[in-house]
Amino acid sequence: MAEALLKVEALSKHFGALRVSDRVDLTLAPATIHAVIGPNGAGKTTLIHQICGTLRPDSGRILLAGEDITRLPPHRRARRGLARSFQITSLLTEMTVLENAMLAVLGVHGSAFAFVRPLAQSGTLRAPALEALDRVGLADRAARLAGSLSHGEKRQLELALALAATPRVMLLDEPLAGAGPEEAARLIGLLATLRDHCAIILVEHDVDAVFRLADAVTVLAQGRVIAHGAPDAVRADPAARAAYLGED
Amino acid sequence: MNRALPWAIFAALALVPLLSALGVIPGGYLPLLLGRVMVFALAAMSLDFILGIGGLVSFGHAAPLAIGAYAVAILDANNVQDALVVIPVAVLAAGLFALATGAVALRTRGVNFIMITLAFAQMVYFAAGSLADYGGDDGYTLYSRTTLAGWKVFDGRAFYLTALITLFLAWLFLRMLAASRFGRTLAGIRQNRPRMAAMGFNAYAVELAALVIAAMIAAIAGVLLANEAEFVSPAYAGWARSGDLMVMVILGGVGSLHGAILGALLVVLAQEALGGLTSHWPLVFGPALVLAVLFLRHGIAGIGARRG
Repeated sequence: MAEALLKVEALSKHFGALRVSDRVDLTLAPATIHAVIGPNGAGKTTLIHQICGTLRPDSGRILLAGEDITRLPPHRRARRGLARSFQITSLLTEMTVLENAMLAVLGVHGSAFAFVRPLAQSGTLRAPALEALDRVGLADRAARLAGSLSHGEKRQLELALALAATPRVMLLDEPLAGAGPEEAARLIGLLATLRDHCAIILVEHDVDAVFRLADAVTVLAQGRVIAHGAPDAVRADPAARAAYLGED
Repeated sequence: MNRALPWAIFAALALVPLLSALGVIPGGYLPLLLGRVMVFALAAMSLDFILGIGGLVSFGHAAPLAIGAYAVAILDANNVQDALVVIPVAVLAAGLFALATGAVALRTRGVNFIMITLAFAQMVYFAAGSLADYGGDDGYTLYSRTTLAGWKVFDGRAFYLTALITLFLAWLFLRMLAASRFGRTLAGIRQNRPRMAAMGFNAYAVELAALVIAAMIAAIAGVLLANEAEFVSPAYAGWARSGDLMVMVILGGVGSLHGAILGALLVVLAQEALGGLTSHWPLVFGPALVLAVLFLRHGIAGIGARRG
């Protein structure tokens, strides 16, 4: 296997007596979709928070392309190529779709400390922003306010904001949450095409989608990794079945 | 139509000295009053940049205003009255103050941010009161007004024009900032800080820079204010003054920049008109403010404008 893009080593975090991450290991290979599944409260979102830097682990390490990023604040991780989508849609609702995407490009590839020329007139930001919007099928919504989009379109914009940063690793926290079957199918198709651009950690409840997309699966339960490996192997794993898959 | 409103305001302000010179409107008092309005409008506009665009509710914006005013007083006491010295000193002092206090205040959010900015401004208030060489609690009366390389641009009729030009340039500058990468980033941080951090923005640094810029502009307003009154006192840094500036921003229309001029006009006129009738004028003004907040979501500047 090629060198890991993202490596989580023995990550532990507890809130009081509750162990939300208990020596979690995870290795993300380039150009793969690595799904993280598990029942509610298994510590999936807490894991995402620790990887992107909004929560600090008690112990353990996080390496991005070999560099230790465990103690970096979120914005510096983003600038090193770690993009995320939010479980609950999180956009700049009073700005246009295009402005959202242009800021996503600026945040990682530019500097906010430019005071003269209007953001709106920047061709160097506009082109990659439009490209990201086009990839998720939102190019014709560019002039709309982000807050006025439909739920499905907002989920697409979430993805576009991650894509616009041209990241090395994307953390997608339930990108299908709340999507109807048709929207979900479209998003799954989209995710499948993204794999070639960057590696993805996918937290998702939709097990069918997970097994259709993922190249590797890690199963969490009560903060611990109880199974990991190729999708078929995990599907056959008795511990994983007992904890989660067997339930439905 | 709303796009034309700021230009109309500046055109009207520019016409006032002309019309009073021609005798169409009374001279003397009105230009004096409007000169004062423009000074406060400048301070309120700089507050609107951080409050309206950046969402940073500073309850201590009178502090940089007072620092600018005290720069005039302290230099005046040392016989330095040239604006080429006074303004850089005022701007630098207020900028450094904002850098130091902002670095601490920005570690907090919400109500704590409001309280800590208030606390820092009160520190300036008490520090000013302890400046025995410069009048202490009684304040300090200027020997002479600031000049610009010998020109008496802060005296008499010239003051009006100086205030107008300064306000106009500040508006152009802040409008440019608001549309720039910096300004839109600041607006993005107000709307959704976690998202902006996830997109690679150092929200803390951007907000700190905004606080420093706003403080520098407020310091220029302070230089004008000291000259307008020929007097400075610790009250310039008082919480009531910070509150006045907030009221101007809220009444005028948060985030619009030019709304601050209308807010300042309303507050200064109300203080003059109602203050002449009764010393209990805030009894009238308070409810008016409540009504304005309830019914004018975009302030006076937003009347007649479509939502957008």
